[in-house]
Amino acid sequence: MRYLPNSPRDRAEMLRALGHSSIDDLFSQIPEQIRLQGRLDLPGPLSEQEVLEFFKQAASQSTREYVSLLGAGAYSHFRPAAIDALLSRGEFFTAYTPYQAELAQGTLQAMFEFQTLITQLTEMEVSNASLYDGSTATTEAVLMSLRLTRRNRVVTARTLHPEYREVMSTYLRHLGTEVSEIPYSASGQIDRAALEKALNEETAAVVIQSPNFLGVIEHFNDITERVHRSGALLVVAVNEPLSLAIVNPPAEADIVCGEAQSFGVPVAFGGPYVGFLATREKLVRQMPGRLVGQTTDSNGRRGFVLTLATREQHIRREKATSNICTNQSLCALAATIYLCLLGKQGLRALAEHNLAQAHYAASRLAKVPGASIAFASPFFNEFVVKTPGNAEALLDELRQEKILGGINLERFYPELENHLLVCVTETVNKAALDRMARVYQEFPAQKHARAAAPSVFSHPVGWEKA
Amino acid sequence: MKQHPRHARPHITRDENLIFERSSPGKCGVDLPSPEVPAASAAELLGDDLVRNDIPGFPEVSELEVIRHFTRLSTWNYGVDTGLYPLGSCTMKYNPRINEVVARLEGLATDHPYAPADLTQGCLKILYDAARCLAEITGMDAVSLQPSAGAQGELAGILMIQACLADRGNPRKYILIPDSAHGTNPASVTTSGYQVRNLKSDAHGCIDLAELDRAMTEEVAGLMLTNPNTLGIFEVRIREVCELVHRKGGLVYMDGANMNALMGVARPADFGVDVMHLNLHKTFTTPHGGGGPGSGPVAVKKVLEPYLPSPTVVRSPDGPYCLDYDRPKSVGRVRAFYGNFGMVVRALAFIAANGAEGLLQSTRDAVLNANYVMRRLQDLYDLPYNEPCMHECVLSDRRQAARGVHTIDIAKRLIDYGFHPYTTAFPLIVPGAMMIEPTESASKEELDEFIEAMRAVAEEVEEDPDFVLNAPHSTRVSRLDEASAARKPVLRWKP
Repeated sequence: MRYLPNSPRDRAEMLRALGHSSIDDLFSQIPEQIRLQGRLDLPGPLSEQEVLEFFKQAASQSTREYVSLLGAGAYSHFRPAAIDALLSRGEFFTAYTPYQAELAQGTLQAMFEFQTLITQLTEMEVSNASLYDGSTATTEAVLMSLRLTRRNRVVTARTLHPEYREVMSTYLRHLGTEVSEIPYSASGQIDRAALEKALNEETAAVVIQSPNFLGVIEHFNDITERVHRSGALLVVAVNEPLSLAIVNPPAEADIVCGEAQSFGVPVAFGGPYVGFLATREKLVRQMPGRLVGQTTDSNGRRGFVLTLATREQHIRREKATSNICTNQSLCALAATIYLCLLGKQGLRALAEHNLAQAHYAASRLAKVPGASIAFASPFFNEFVVKTPGNAEALLDELRQEKILGGINLERFYPELENHLLVCVTETVNKAALDRMARVYQEFPAQKHARAAAPSVFSHPVGWEKA
Repeated sequence: MKQHPRHARPHITRDENLIFERSSPGKCGVDLPSPEVPAASAAELLGDDLVRNDIPGFPEVSELEVIRHFTRLSTWNYGVDTGLYPLGSCTMKYNPRINEVVARLEGLATDHPYAPADLTQGCLKILYDAARCLAEITGMDAVSLQPSAGAQGELAGILMIQACLADRGNPRKYILIPDSAHGTNPASVTTSGYQVRNLKSDAHGCIDLAELDRAMTEEVAGLMLTNPNTLGIFEVRIREVCELVHRKGGLVYMDGANMNALMGVARPADFGVDVMHLNLHKTFTTPHGGGGPGSGPVAVKKVLEPYLPSPTVVRSPDGPYCLDYDRPKSVGRVRAFYGNFGMVVRALAFIAANGAEGLLQSTRDAVLNANYVMRRLQDLYDLPYNEPCMHECVLSDRRQAARGVHTIDIAKRLIDYGFHPYTTAFPLIVPGAMMIEPTESASKEELDEFIEAMRAVAEEVEEDPDFVLNAPHSTRVSRLDEASAARKPVLRWKP
């Protein structure tokens, strides 16, 4: 096996040094009855060439030929080549969690920079060194609020990503925490009257996503005050953080958390991504996840260490602020490199570009008879369009044009029948947007006939080695 | 010899500033394509009150500066690629390069999680195949790849136990955890809403059957154990342990962090485990990345299958793979989408490259390497539990502590010899623990060098303990002040 550095002679010498004649001797403490008889039924062994072939074949059964207008918490953005060039340095990607600071200053300084970038983007005072993803970061923010307020009710916007709400409910169910959902108003923003009614002296946190799942940007000026008056914490989730380059961050929020996948991390069928959580300095001791702090060494030189570890599971065990151990260091590094490359100007320009693209697409669709933009509130790079006729049939038509035209919202919001969530980033060119608009225009002419989906099953990829 | 100019020094020893300190207005590391659509006015579209005009302090640097900055930072790190990384409990093995290539293939790295299932058969097939492989390796009946890392796998597993026992009438209140367990175990149990009851290990570092019998009351939902345990010792009476828990109506969770000792040798399902997680970033060579991303699939026996996180990947009778959301008994989602797909790709590439024989050989080498190190150091370092070890061994600093030198000091001195240290001060049941896991990625040659280094340090401790206490002597920074970092936290750069 090509990954193993010991030769048969090495193995024999080591066994001899141990006074054994057979490798089986080293496993003799495992009772005979529970030892595996026979061998595992697994594919392989494959040469490197065959491994590549196997995955190339899988990769061919994908949407790589399609233009994607899918967002909803996973955003396709261009990734500069420098990211993978740097991530591929073995010193970064083959290192462990930086517990031995002297051998991990590279990772530690990069995480310190990540924390700084997140605080700058969110206008919060402190950020951790990342969490699993946006859904768990949002859930951790809620758990943190429960600890801080010692209250047991949570209010979330119904426009928080549906899967984030599901994750939250998995974590909260057994705590006896009551979760109430606030509907959206006709504008797509949170229903303020309903919010007012939901707040009481038991409310620990109000969780609002912005831009929300419908793409709509929330106004926080009047909300923050109402939430704080009730003694609850305002948790703002951001899962398209590129918006923060052009939209004012909710600086009065208590916790800003979310997903930083947009920053140089591939969409990769849902993961790995990079959750973030930022808050005020005075709340730092209730924060979950790793934190990197600046300090000095025995010679007075600047250096970085993992700090405030007494919050964490490896020290506090069952009393830790979270069970999280692994963060998303390498993805956070990707985000750090990405943000440094784009910088102040690039990030702003890219955000403007996304804004322009999405508004161009929306304006084209708004002109199609029978179609309309569902919500009048400001949006960034994602919006909801009411389709002229059956949304599924329209998606099928778009597929014929090699366009993944959006997400049918009925799946998550039954009341939004024939509404698509459409995301337009810089990865989509104008010609594709025009093509999309043409399909919308011609759609009614086809009498809403549902086209059969092309079959992709004619060439199944074999599991077994050929 | 000609003197170097004052400022020209090799970059590795140089102090690389923070990126913010390199920034200067007007620089940018990307050039964006010129827009094809009409420019948009942010103020007009969003309204003045929403538009942000500046991100104070945000860096402005060129592409080359970014490359140099992070390349320099990388040289301050030590990775598996640099050398032996015998960090116990972490399974720091070689991360094959082909895995990085296949995970980045267009189609796999670019498919959107909400793209139609019939267009993403490649990704779904990978998830399906990987789950099947992991089920085969553990002997379990079903696998969810959703958990983001080991600790989340633990949580999902404990929630499944809870749901299953609740269906049987009573979820019960406590989970038993041996005192040698990883810190995530008790933390995950607390997160699940159960309470932790600690189980004292016996004189061999294993589960004490009599103690377990006493502790396993009607209020206890189950046992969460690690096998081999964190001492690297196989629980010899594991079958009796599991039978006892089952007899008393409980279920057994296994922390699969140490699965590298068992691949192809024994399967947890066969010795009585009901549910376990695997760490793809340990056993299955997905890179640790300086602390993540991990991936912590959870594998279960039939009895727990209905409770697996939703959705699962299934194959319909006519061939295509799809996502099954119709799981009424599921404990729910533990994260968005389907898990760390990119890590699953790498793990499957590792499994397929090895095949059954390769995995078995890896396990054998890992166990051989650990025993070799243990036996060649036990004359100079205390061996608190003198049992045959599996993939890792735990020594202690008992002898050196008498000279005022502790496990952390010996670890720091090892750095000067060019090695990453072992794990210090864990497991907690061994005072001054030195936990060594060479993995199968260490050659005999390297191990001999490591053993020589450890022996040399033991000698130094006798001759000049202060020298060891002040190590490392060869790194850019040494003995960073953790106390003041925690007392007055500086967690971000400020201008």
